[in-house]
Amino acid sequence: MAGLTLTNVVKRFGALQVVHGANLEIADGEFVVFVGPSGCGKSTLLRMIAGLEDVSGGEIAIDGTVVNDVEPAERRIAMVFQSYALYPHMTVRRNLSFGLQMNGNPKEDTERRIAHAADILQINELMDRRPAQLSGGQRQRVAIGRAIVREPQVFLFDEPLSNLDAELRVQMRVEISKLHKQLGTTMIYVTHDQTEAMTLADKIVVLRAGRIEQVGAPLDLYDDPANQFVAGFVGSPKMNFLKGRVEAVGGGSITVSLIADPSVRLTMPVNSMPAEGTPVTLGIRPEHFTDAGAGNADLKVAVDVAEHLGHTSYIYASVADEALIIERPETRHSGHRQDFTVGLPARRCFLFDADGQRLR
Amino acid sequence: MKSKSRSLLMRRLALHAALTPLAIIWLFPLWMMFVFSTMPDYGIFNPDIVLWPSTNFVENFNVLQTETNFLRAMFISITVAVIYTVLSVMLTSMAGWALARYRFAGRSIVIAIILGTITLPFAVVVIPQFIMVAREFKLANSWVALIVPPLFNSLGVLFMRQAFSMMPSELFDAARVEGVKEWRIFLHIALPLARPTMAALSIILFLASWNNYLWPLLINSKPGMMTAPVALGTLIGITKVSWGGIMAGAVLLTAPILVVFIFLQRHFISGIAAGAIK
Repeated sequence: MAGLTLTNVVKRFGALQVVHGANLEIADGEFVVFVGPSGCGKSTLLRMIAGLEDVSGGEIAIDGTVVNDVEPAERRIAMVFQSYALYPHMTVRRNLSFGLQMNGNPKEDTERRIAHAADILQINELMDRRPAQLSGGQRQRVAIGRAIVREPQVFLFDEPLSNLDAELRVQMRVEISKLHKQLGTTMIYVTHDQTEAMTLADKIVVLRAGRIEQVGAPLDLYDDPANQFVAGFVGSPKMNFLKGRVEAVGGGSITVSLIADPSVRLTMPVNSMPAEGTPVTLGIRPEHFTDAGAGNADLKVAVDVAEHLGHTSYIYASVADEALIIERPETRHSGHRQDFTVGLPARRCFLFDADGQRLR
Repeated sequence: MKSKSRSLLMRRLALHAALTPLAIIWLFPLWMMFVFSTMPDYGIFNPDIVLWPSTNFVENFNVLQTETNFLRAMFISITVAVIYTVLSVMLTSMAGWALARYRFAGRSIVIAIILGTITLPFAVVVIPQFIMVAREFKLANSWVALIVPPLFNSLGVLFMRQAFSMMPSELFDAARVEGVKEWRIFLHIALPLARPTMAALSIILFLASWNNYLWPLLINSKPGMMTAPVALGTLIGITKVSWGGIMAGAVLLTAPILVVFIFLQRHFISGIAAGAIK
């Protein structure tokens, strides 16, 4: 087992810079999830940690040793790929043993490791099958098994569940979480699915356009996002953003009105004081709207579509031309084009400046 | 349902009706080659064309064997074709792998040059190649002269490069992370997965070597070192042409290829399609 340190890590492909000075500390045994939209550099960062991509600048250290110029095999890591990357012409047993055999690992030790991995993942009955004869979930288990037999210091997962159907994805997510508890090894997991990130991670690293936007525990990111991007990315359904304007400043708080409905005004405590008239963005999560009258201001919206899921309802609504998602427990009466009033609790709202930075 | 299967049947019938005459046109010369190989020379030039085989095949073969030592020439042809195919598939695979999977300075220039050599007709290179092999290296009338010069096959390199490029790179990354050496990745992962392409390429290369006439004619014209097509060509003399012998030789040259093709046509066609479409 080992911790990891990324110091000012940069990646360039020719003139194009895709990772801009990433700094990160990963503790021994931690489960860290890199999350971000497509093209944000999360997989590139993972591949640099694996040694599959050269580091253009900065340092990557595993267990205190800088590994920039160390071959992938010597980093004591194991990687699970999105496409599973199982060798199609080999049986499951051969897939598990291939790397160890090619490195001259003693046969008895190889057998022991394979048996151990097969027990953990319950793939004993699949050992003589080829990948084509396995289901998606079984293939994924074998791919994880191939990582386990290496007995690595760090596990790297590159979007390992994205090829599975929704149900299997949930199941495998739980299994990976269990595996982490069982093995206690450092794991780095890349995904674009924030639900996976929230449910699996000890620590989430949110990336955008090659930059780390925020690092923190899942609920810290949910409760206290550093900027509008993180606020919008973490949480499902995503946070609503409404354009606003600073109306009044003073006494450690500011009063903001909504552009869509200037009669809606909220007073919120902040440390940094923007000037009156400054444009801001007000963020509120779908689940944080209250009943009309129960918040600090009421907002009248027009309902476009309502999805009733039984225990909860998602109401897709709009105010002026700004779209909103409102989550209300057991609201069954909201139909198309009905007016609907919800409450805005100031303590649940976030304010962002024109650059998307949080106003605290 | 009934009308659907009926229309399918009608379409098949129409297709077969159109293709059968074409097949006959293409197969007719092959059949006549076989028929002529069983006739004495005067029978071949009989104004009344006979469509059925006669009984003179052994005599024709005896002429062929006596005048050209055809069995020796067949042995040379088969040996050359097999060695050439094996070596060329090995070389083109390695070159294709390097060009498909490694980034190195000048890679695109190398690919462009290889691609360029395809456009050069053999007639353009044959004289310099002959001078180099026969005069500079003094290798005329040798096995090496037959096998080595055509060994580097640019079409084969591009064929194999395409096959390796189509394979998901994550497979090789996975092996690299596992500490598998590059040559073992090539040998244990890439090559087994490229087997269908290699099979198709082998057939193409074998055929190319088997049918090769101009280069063996130029470089190995000494009796006892001729390939079968060259030996067959010697039967066309200035004063005498033994047509029966030539036809018997042509049948013997065609038969093994037909057998190979019938058994491996699946690979042959899939390989052509892989090169063309993918």
